[in-house]
Amino acid sequence: MRFTRIMATGVALLALSMPAMAGTLKWGASRDISSLDPYSYGDSFALGVLNHVYEGLVRYDRNLKIEPALATSWEIVSPTTWRFHLRDDVKFHNGADFTAEDVQASLKRASDPKSPLRGNIPAYKGSRVIDAHTIEIDVSANYPLLLNDLTTIYIFDAVWLKDNSAEAPTDVGSGTEGYATYHENGTGPFKIESRQPDAKTVFTKFDGWWDKPQHNIDRIEFTPIASNSTRVAALLAGDIDFTDQAPVQDIPRLQASQQVRVLEGTDLRTVMIGFSQRDQLIDGKPNLMKDIRVRQAMQLAIDLDLINKKVMRGKSRNAGALVAPQIPGYDAAIDTPMKADPEKAKELLKAAGAEGFAFNFNCADSLVNEEQVCQAVASMWSRVGLKPQLDQGTRAVQTPKRSSGKVDVYTLGWATLPMLDTYSLTSQVLHTKEGSFGIFNWGGWSDKEFDKVTEASAVELDQTKRLAMEGQSLKIAKEHVLMIPLHQQPLAWATNSKIKDFPLFSDNLPRLWLVKM
Amino acid sequence: MLAFLVKRVGNAILVMLTVAFFAFLIFRFLGDPVELMVNESATQVERDELRARLGLNDGFFAQYVRFVGNAAHGEFGLSWRNQQSVTTLIAERFPATFELVIIATLLSLLVGIPLGVFTAIGRGRWWAESLQFSSIVGVSLPSFFVGIILILVFSVSLGWLPGYGRGEVVQLGLWSTGLLTASGRAALVLPALSLSLFQITLVMRLVRAEMLEILRADFIKFARARGVKHRALWFRHALKNCLMPVVTLTAMQVGNLIAFALVTETVFQWPGMGMLFMQAVTFVDIPVMAAYLCIVSFIFVTLNTLVDIAYAVIDTRLRAA
Repeated sequence: MRFTRIMATGVALLALSMPAMAGTLKWGASRDISSLDPYSYGDSFALGVLNHVYEGLVRYDRNLKIEPALATSWEIVSPTTWRFHLRDDVKFHNGADFTAEDVQASLKRASDPKSPLRGNIPAYKGSRVIDAHTIEIDVSANYPLLLNDLTTIYIFDAVWLKDNSAEAPTDVGSGTEGYATYHENGTGPFKIESRQPDAKTVFTKFDGWWDKPQHNIDRIEFTPIASNSTRVAALLAGDIDFTDQAPVQDIPRLQASQQVRVLEGTDLRTVMIGFSQRDQLIDGKPNLMKDIRVRQAMQLAIDLDLINKKVMRGKSRNAGALVAPQIPGYDAAIDTPMKADPEKAKELLKAAGAEGFAFNFNCADSLVNEEQVCQAVASMWSRVGLKPQLDQGTRAVQTPKRSSGKVDVYTLGWATLPMLDTYSLTSQVLHTKEGSFGIFNWGGWSDKEFDKVTEASAVELDQTKRLAMEGQSLKIAKEHVLMIPLHQQPLAWATNSKIKDFPLFSDNLPRLWLVKM
Repeated sequence: MLAFLVKRVGNAILVMLTVAFFAFLIFRFLGDPVELMVNESATQVERDELRARLGLNDGFFAQYVRFVGNAAHGEFGLSWRNQQSVTTLIAERFPATFELVIIATLLSLLVGIPLGVFTAIGRGRWWAESLQFSSIVGVSLPSFFVGIILILVFSVSLGWLPGYGRGEVVQLGLWSTGLLTASGRAALVLPALSLSLFQITLVMRLVRAEMLEILRADFIKFARARGVKHRALWFRHALKNCLMPVVTLTAMQVGNLIAFALVTETVFQWPGMGMLFMQAVTFVDIPVMAAYLCIVSFIFVTLNTLVDIAYAVIDTRLRAA
């Protein structure tokens, strides 16, 4: 009895003397999430934030490798059926037990024809509850990427969905607001205490979390601060503890401050330049870029080192391949950045009869320093005798032109999210535009050899073979100069220096359940 | 009088319809929201379906008529970004903007009027002239610049006041107020100051000009001859006669402030209507943008109409106009 009292006093004293131990982390984000419903928007950032509240069957670990989350293990029963064994000690925030029924209801909700998240789980066919903690998922064909897809399919409580008539996903098109837009009931390490859209969302620690917490955060105050300078000022003033977007031009200033620590890395996003491969340019003139020598010349004209040094302030990573090293399918053998050779470029242009070739160069505003990158590239092309006409605008204006093929040359940034696999790029950017393939193949090219390898990689369940095939696809893309890789973008987070352990993730999604204050 | 009223209100409605029309015309060139709404893995079929569900395939005129019809019921649809009713979104943001504007207006009157009086009575003295001169700076500095300087000085360097957000708010029914908490009041200071700077100089210059005019008037001379004390002369006799134009100006400027708050709100991350609009622009959230434009112009048009009617009530000669 006495012992307990002493212990209790000791604990109380300890708690008093170390207020920093259990703390509030103030997160100043560059933008808000749109809803508390993770199925309402296919937005990687919102899904990343909501991952603190909701969880999937699997998740990414510190090294972006897939690890078990709500499922403990899985096996492939037949080429189109996967069996998942679920964790049996999981509780939802409202106290309900987690079972296979919840998984089934969530998959049904995510794959609903009106669900904006449907594209995140394209191969899903149906599911069968075997027992309370076992479920089988059917996919349409051999599908090696199911686990990748499941990382963003968060699990709802089936009863809670039913009780609040939130079984159908919220859908902006048909004008339905939903209970899940404003309320949550996940299994994650944090629960939502309050939310004011665009002002503040408060997360508190969930004591019933199934996993052993590696963090010591009690509360997260999530505040969107859209203006770069205001966000930097708030960090310097100590009003926020962390931002997931430190502007490149402010990094030296932040580094100079004693109270701020800058975490730098390179993003998964690879910036590249694509070409139209149609017979005619948008002004009706013949498209000389169908000649590989012209594309090669355009690549040789670009000085990546100069862009890295002058435009990206040394913070980017020159790229030779179209995916970043962290992405499965990446092959170091082909990742050799092209050395600039303006003289050779001129020769090639002369040989192809493309001296003075004029084309439209479509640039948007959503990549890091995109305007400056485009201007630099355009002047490098002009130097070898090409005539690029720069067309710059906001993403919302440029994207319709791009997707309708009204561009000759354009920029593209591709991070392979949320799939985190080379297949995302090969199937959507480089494959011939047909069916669900090649939606971002804005240049309209078609390479049968490439398509064959890519399609084969889509149904290969042997991971080693599949990754080799993806490497093969990337090699073909490189040899045929389907696109010119420029660099991986810089990635910078900044925290208050009192925060001890803050792992940086190259998918630019903070995982605060791994943070020690 | 009735005919005048009908005509005035009819004018106001016509203006509103025109605003809605132009708002729509502009949004046609903003780009495609669908590309910002779906993620990379959505298929072309899904994109087309979403476009159809949002009614983007309908003709311009059909979309416009639908919008005006709904807006007349106060129904602006769902925000494409937040998936919440736009009316609710704006109603939630309105208290923040309103409090900011009211505090800025009060500040501009409390600071501007005394400054105007002092620069008028001290005309020719070095302090009055330098105040008058520095007010040019106040008029010409853009408010986003003022805001950033205020944040740098008072928030980053001195650490006295928060540089972003609204602090803790208290919910009084539908109205959320930051005036009842210490952090809420602290958060109000810098944005209100930056928003009111322009107004302060405006009020000050107006009061100064009026004061100079009135100080030359006969009744002031007589009062002075009667031996009325300076202070009473300036603040009771003279100032009272200057206030009418100040009140008119302030009433008209409230609408302006609500519109200008957009910039201040962006700099200070003030969760008001202006910031909602700015975010809507980034995401091509047409329902929010259209509703914002309509509501702001509604406030303008209402204020103008009320002022016109008030004038007509006072001065019957204006009714013929």
